Amino acid sequence: MNRFDYVRPADTAEAVAAASEPGAAYLAAGTNLLDLMKGNIVRPTRLVDVSRLPGLDRIEWQADGSLRIGALVRNADLAHDAAFAKSCPAIAEALLSGASAQLRNAATVGGNLLQRTRCSYFYDTASRCNKRAPGTGCDAREGDNRLHAVLGWSEGCIATHPSDFCVPLAAFDAIVEIEGRNGRREMALDALYPPSGAAPERDNVLKPGELITAVRLPASASAFAGHSRYLKVRERTSYAFALVSAAAGLAIENGTIREARLALGGVAPKPWRARAAEQALAGAHADETAFRRAAAAALDGAKPSGDNAFKIELAQRIVVRALTLAAQGTPDRVPALPASPFSSVAGVRHVA
Amino acid sequence: MSPEINLTRDPAHLRHGSNIGQPLTRREGMLKVTGAAGYAADNHPPGMLYAVLATASIARGRVTSLDVEAARRHPGVVEVMTQMNRPPLAEDPDAKTNPFMFRMDLLQNDRVRYANQAIAVVIAETLEAATEGAVLLSPRYEAEPARVGLDSNESYAPPAVGVGNPASVQHGGDVESALAGAPHRIDATYETPMQYHNAMEPHAIVASWDGDRLSIDTPSQGMAMAQGRIAGLFGISPDKIHIRSPFLGGGFGSKGLVKGPQVLGILAAKLVGRPVKLVLRREQMYGPVGHRSPSRQRLRIAAAADGRIAAIDHHARIATSSFDDFYEPAADASHTLYASPALATSHEAVRTDVGTPLFMRAPGEATGSIALESAIDEMAFACGLDPLAFRLKNYAEVEPATGKPFSSKALRECYAQGAERFGWSKRSLQPRTMRDDDGFLVGWGMGTATFPALMFAAQARAVIRHDGSGVMESGTHDMGQGAWTAFAQIAADSLALDLDRVAFKAGSSDLPDAGIAGGSAHTATAGTAIHNAGAAVIGKLAELATSDQRSPLFGAGNTGVVARNGRLFRRDDESRGESYADILTRAGLAEIDAQGSGTMDPAAQSNYAMHAHGAVFAEVKVDPDLGQVRVSRMVGVFAAGRVINPRMVRSQLLGGMIWGVSFTLHEQAIIDHRSGRIMNANLSEYHVPVNADVPRMEAFTVDELDPHVNPLGIKGVGEIGITGSAGAVANAVWHATGVRVRRFPIRIDDLLTSEVAGRVG
Repeated sequence: MNRFDYVRPADTAEAVAAASEPGAAYLAAGTNLLDLMKGNIVRPTRLVDVSRLPGLDRIEWQADGSLRIGALVRNADLAHDAAFAKSCPAIAEALLSGASAQLRNAATVGGNLLQRTRCSYFYDTASRCNKRAPGTGCDAREGDNRLHAVLGWSEGCIATHPSDFCVPLAAFDAIVEIEGRNGRREMALDALYPPSGAAPERDNVLKPGELITAVRLPASASAFAGHSRYLKVRERTSYAFALVSAAAGLAIENGTIREARLALGGVAPKPWRARAAEQALAGAHADETAFRRAAAAALDGAKPSGDNAFKIELAQRIVVRALTLAAQGTPDRVPALPASPFSSVAGVRHVA
Repeated sequence: MSPEINLTRDPAHLRHGSNIGQPLTRREGMLKVTGAAGYAADNHPPGMLYAVLATASIARGRVTSLDVEAARRHPGVVEVMTQMNRPPLAEDPDAKTNPFMFRMDLLQNDRVRYANQAIAVVIAETLEAATEGAVLLSPRYEAEPARVGLDSNESYAPPAVGVGNPASVQHGGDVESALAGAPHRIDATYETPMQYHNAMEPHAIVASWDGDRLSIDTPSQGMAMAQGRIAGLFGISPDKIHIRSPFLGGGFGSKGLVKGPQVLGILAAKLVGRPVKLVLRREQMYGPVGHRSPSRQRLRIAAAADGRIAAIDHHARIATSSFDDFYEPAADASHTLYASPALATSHEAVRTDVGTPLFMRAPGEATGSIALESAIDEMAFACGLDPLAFRLKNYAEVEPATGKPFSSKALRECYAQGAERFGWSKRSLQPRTMRDDDGFLVGWGMGTATFPALMFAAQARAVIRHDGSGVMESGTHDMGQGAWTAFAQIAADSLALDLDRVAFKAGSSDLPDAGIAGGSAHTATAGTAIHNAGAAVIGKLAELATSDQRSPLFGAGNTGVVARNGRLFRRDDESRGESYADILTRAGLAEIDAQGSGTMDPAAQSNYAMHAHGAVFAEVKVDPDLGQVRVSRMVGVFAAGRVINPRMVRSQLLGGMIWGVSFTLHEQAIIDHRSGRIMNANLSEYHVPVNADVPRMEAFTVDELDPHVNPLGIKGVGEIGITGSAGAVANAVWHATGVRVRRFPIRIDDLLTSEVAGRVG
């Protein structure tokens, strides 16, 4: 890899200053960045190591019932935090379905939000890729694109956002706290990712030097705790990115859906909040008819970006399943195979 | 003299000790789990430099420029080796004087013939500097269109397939007329993808020159062959080359022959006059070190009204590289298993712009097995028969392709025991008729496993020392399969000593040549050499005693002696005997030694068909809405002759069965058809099963005494586990869903049809 400077700031302000220089990149756990550097996909000239910044590794309940998760909280620590898992079971399940145990022990909340796509043409530096090398074109468009986007893609880029964690975060209105040269700002997680069709090289709207310091979940998120699931279809049972995933939360009163939350993963350049589907569910009876209608609404406008039409059908089916399971009620504990369809049915044992 | 110790004459009497057959744990296990076992790349001789390959990003064409100066300017870079300054070789790397000599890319010109081919080597004081130096070369190319995939070129009939097998074989009656007249017929085409060995340990070498002597640490499945190949390339005598390969982090065939990148490491050391380490990056293993060819296999099978097979025609289209010849003998899988009055197998090949495919665990057998076992399943259903009943009805009493009797074949026992353990009798005949309590579709499938019982050639040297202890030397190869342990067990038995009284030396080329750890024949071949060396040294010791008037064994030469626990006894009077130590001490000898060899018996080979067999049963569950498949249990029962170490054997069989799961559901190299580059050349996206994909899996062996394969009766277990298993899983998926997928691996989208959809529960 290229030669680079390594700096370890003492606090957030120092970090922001150090990372505002051109060519700088933040380093937290490095579970994605170091691979990208070893493969010459990115070549930062300065690494600003934020992994030891004080005060960013806490999970704090706020007076208003919201939950503030420091950007340096490890995925595994968050998933296994008992109060968090009780309040946000679908998010815990999503966390535990991602990567491997070793990676979850290292990876951070903030880093997860900023991980890069796993499009193989992005990683292959000999390929044309608008995300890696703006303006060169997209070799995925006519290449091997079975795993690519069916929603929100553009001719310039058909890559998907790879995160599991971000899918329920998007569904449950997570807010991202950001520190920058001009002080602190915050935005909905959904707004962190630019709208589709924007410049593919911009994964997010962060300005140079801006640092994610926390993710906040509003008190409303826990209203869905009793009826929420994350479900992920993948090509092996662990250590694989989602072909398609869905996070679903329902607030049900007397069999009627008062409010719904739904987001999809693996289908779009960003965690895909399905607001039309949520509206279709609100006020409906919690049954298969409503779920199928919601699934159709969620995939409205989807179109294959290549050899991936199956994902549109698969996504609808997984939406129906996730809503069905959410309606049945959140399991008392995260299943032994988190987010796997094979753990989704009551009574299914780990060894099927 | 002492026939007692010559197993070839009376195997039943020749088991001196109780070491063979014991499920001992790995003798080197503690070293491995504590990190003390030294693998090749762990070596760091003084003054060592790091070499990194620059590899081609095109699949066909030529390199037009390399910015050597930019790389040289990078701090820490010592030298850049290109075709301009690469040290001369005594032999053209493109020479091929025998079919097992594979062409190498050693910077002999500017041609690129596959992606990931080495085009330069950067040598530096640190790995980081060498790595960056390789990037700074910024190669430019003149690219030609890549030809990848089975349809990218004209096909031709290969001169031979596999290890010199005829490319087409016919036995018995005319296949076409049998097909034409049969009441039941299937005609199905199956596709298998390119697969890569992906051993955990990448190919690595640490090379040091001292004048014309060469010292190498590198993982090898065949040190003597590597010595010979390197000696030829460098024009030095093989005995000037010392290879150390005590441990391999997996080989699976990819380390059977020395590969181009390893030779480039040696060249780099020569160029800079210092020791050099070269370790392939994971993605660099997708090119110059072999892979499993893709295949498209057409199977036509005909059966009579009663379900007896009338004809099998198995045709395979396979790929090789543009510049060398290796032909995956996929269709040969039909030679062994099912009786057919008319049998035909044939191959056609295409040349593609990929690295040369080579031996990969069960080459041909695994590839052919998944197609054959799928086709047999389809044929059974077409005949309205249970898949096991159909296989028993078509059980081969002699080898179908040759008519030879089997040296032994306990496949019926495997079928019976496997079916019983699995509960096969409760299977429904119709697909998509079984569900579990949770509503998942359940499917049961089976496959027959087979692999030839091969023998190559190996040597060993046995020593008995004056303190009564023993030494056994044979340059065997431990790929993780347990060679250190199993050979030590054979050695101890051959010397009639406890295991802890025998020092077993292996993994170094200055020991007797143990042949190659390949073809599932290492234990059989080197084990025979060890066994014979032990027998020979015991024989010498016995001669010493029986001809010495002072020995209680004097004159026992006619009746024979028995060796046991470090002592020799008169066979007819076990009260008369003496210890090895006493015999040697009285003779004034520090030690006594003898050689032994293991080779095939040509007469037995020509008289018998020699194969291991097995039966594998699999259960899968399929989500009816989502098409996701999960293997839930597997039972494999194998007949593989004598088992030296049941624990290691079970691990080998389970490992093979997991490869079977992988073959059917996970593994494939994804290649971009425009560039010829492999797009998933990493362990994140090249999927193999994780633990959660490996179900309750059981492997058993049945007793099988084979007096013909070799003196110890060993058939080998390294590869057979894949065969049968892959087909069993594929057949279970069909039985669960009613959807017959003939392109592997089976993917969710293959099963995501309206036919599959249905509610869980």
